[in-house]
Amino acid sequence: MQIDAKGVYYKELNEEIRYAIDRGETEIELVGVNGQRYIGGGLRAEGVTISINGVPGNDLASFMNGPRLVVNNNAQDGCGNTMNAGKIIIHGDAGDVLGYGMRGGRLYVRGDVGYRVGIHMKAYETHKPILVAGGIARDFLGEYMAGGVLVVLGMNGNGTPTVGNWCGTGMHGGKVYVRGGVEDHQLGREVRPFELDDEDQAELDEILEDYCGEMGLDLADVKSKPFVKLIPYSHRPYGKMYAY
Amino acid sequence: MSRAYRGHVVPGATRFEIPDCAGNPYTEEAPFKIHGGCGLAGIMDVTGERFSGREIRVMMEYLHDRGNGLGGGFAGYGIYPDYAKHFCLHMMYDSEGANEITEEYLRKQFEIVHAEPIPTAVVPSVQDNPILHRYFVTPIGSLLEERQLSEADFVVDIVMAINSGVTGAFVASSGKNMGAFKGVGFPEDMADFYRIEEYEGHTWTGHGRFPTNTPGWWGGAHPFTLLDWSIVHNGEISSYGINSRYLEAFGYKCTLRTDTEVMAYVFDLLLRRHGLPLELACAAIAAPFWADIDRMDEDRRTLMTALRMVYGGAMANGPFAIILGHAGGMIGLNDRIKLRPLIVAEDGDRRFIASEESSIRAVCESPDKVWMPKAGEPVICNLNEDVRPAESRVM
Repeated sequence: MQIDAKGVYYKELNEEIRYAIDRGETEIELVGVNGQRYIGGGLRAEGVTISINGVPGNDLASFMNGPRLVVNNNAQDGCGNTMNAGKIIIHGDAGDVLGYGMRGGRLYVRGDVGYRVGIHMKAYETHKPILVAGGIARDFLGEYMAGGVLVVLGMNGNGTPTVGNWCGTGMHGGKVYVRGGVEDHQLGREVRPFELDDEDQAELDEILEDYCGEMGLDLADVKSKPFVKLIPYSHRPYGKMYAY
Repeated sequence: MSRAYRGHVVPGATRFEIPDCAGNPYTEEAPFKIHGGCGLAGIMDVTGERFSGREIRVMMEYLHDRGNGLGGGFAGYGIYPDYAKHFCLHMMYDSEGANEITEEYLRKQFEIVHAEPIPTAVVPSVQDNPILHRYFVTPIGSLLEERQLSEADFVVDIVMAINSGVTGAFVASSGKNMGAFKGVGFPEDMADFYRIEEYEGHTWTGHGRFPTNTPGWWGGAHPFTLLDWSIVHNGEISSYGINSRYLEAFGYKCTLRTDTEVMAYVFDLLLRRHGLPLELACAAIAAPFWADIDRMDEDRRTLMTALRMVYGGAMANGPFAIILGHAGGMIGLNDRIKLRPLIVAEDGDRRFIASEESSIRAVCESPDKVWMPKAGEPVICNLNEDVRPAESRVM
């Protein structure tokens, strides 16, 4: 079904989406979206796809549990905030604090992403959030990250570094894969670059294959450059901070 | 535009009915949530073509939820072509007494070419507005000679004298061919109150306020201005104490009970009085980290080291996204670690800056180019050289 979101305030729009899902709709197309917040927020549903035409507002898919969202334009800030499960495909760019505190599911962006992407991302047992950016990421990528996987491809290159500075600052869990590598000065003091082992490579291959399938990209092209893995090298970097 | 806003806590307004969500497992946002964050926007035409304030009003309407109704305002440039050579003072008076005292003072300092009330409309949500007058003026020649001041310095002195010395009087703006329209209310209500759709300008900025540390009052709404400089700001200038003490040494008086004020004066000091190129002024305000300076080539390192040492008092610490409006266009700038949102777009001769992309797309559905500027790097939108007014001091 189609919902015309033009000029509709976010509360009404999100109520309409929820009622549609309650009625059993599984394919929902939103047209005329511009800036409405919390689309997909808190939705708990399996097998539901919502496609979004226009720029959705902040906190897209916050606390989302299961649905699949496809954004055919750019997304704003805070997308995937504390998301639990489901999949978000963004065909444009995405803003700052993308995947903030994300706890599960997948978030794929074709273009560039902003500052503090993957901040506070975490994982538990089978819940492992995965976030892939096709373009570049700005400063503070993976800040305070505790779990999950971030992948940055830097595919839209115009000479801008693939990741910004302060990458992995405060990070104490999870992994960041960067295509083409990073400079030492770009890293926060809690992380170090490592070569991928077989287990990493298998994990990354599966992610890239799925990402390229969703985005219509050539997998061989994406894999044409080597990746580096960033992980925290100290388990509890501030463990002694309050000990004295 | 038919956006039915509901659920905002507007002073004096009736709260909306809570929708009956019984039985719906997906009840979402708390009904009285105030999102907060401040919203800002700017739009200009680089050819100098003037357009109605309607568009900046729409841009701010889309950022409605970022403010809470305790401050809204706009700056328009090129709006007074009939008096373009004169300084225009937008005044706010709390009382007839303050009005009389200030007018008497102004008459002694300036030749007043034209004076009138600022036209307003009745907007039910806008209450307790001060008396609003505007004056198109030129400093009295003999006083300029006597005080050995440039026209601009003369005007700055008068603005500081009124804001710090006359109880109940406040200068909202003091530039040539520009004006600030601001007060307590949501930005779109302020736009209607001041009838900004009836003005035409080449550059417009707007702001919706979510006051955090200081009161919401008419003078405390953004933009903050001095001469043709105007600042709209989202964030917090944590270095306010250092900045205001630094500015006081140069004769600026920080009297408006808010942090943002210092930004307007810092730009005036660095760009107009010290004549710094814009890029250096921005580098002094959103200074690069010493670690980044260490990696620069020698010339650049020497320059940046000197800049940070000389202008330490002008450095703005804390989260900010600002738009500086001026006679020659507008400039967007973020703090160096990007703690507030800012997005920019180009479409033909139009330039746009906003807190959210949706604000831009509300007036320009598919811009030629949309991007998120890098933290600490100014986005400079200048009028084309052939139409840039003489007042434009941005190099």
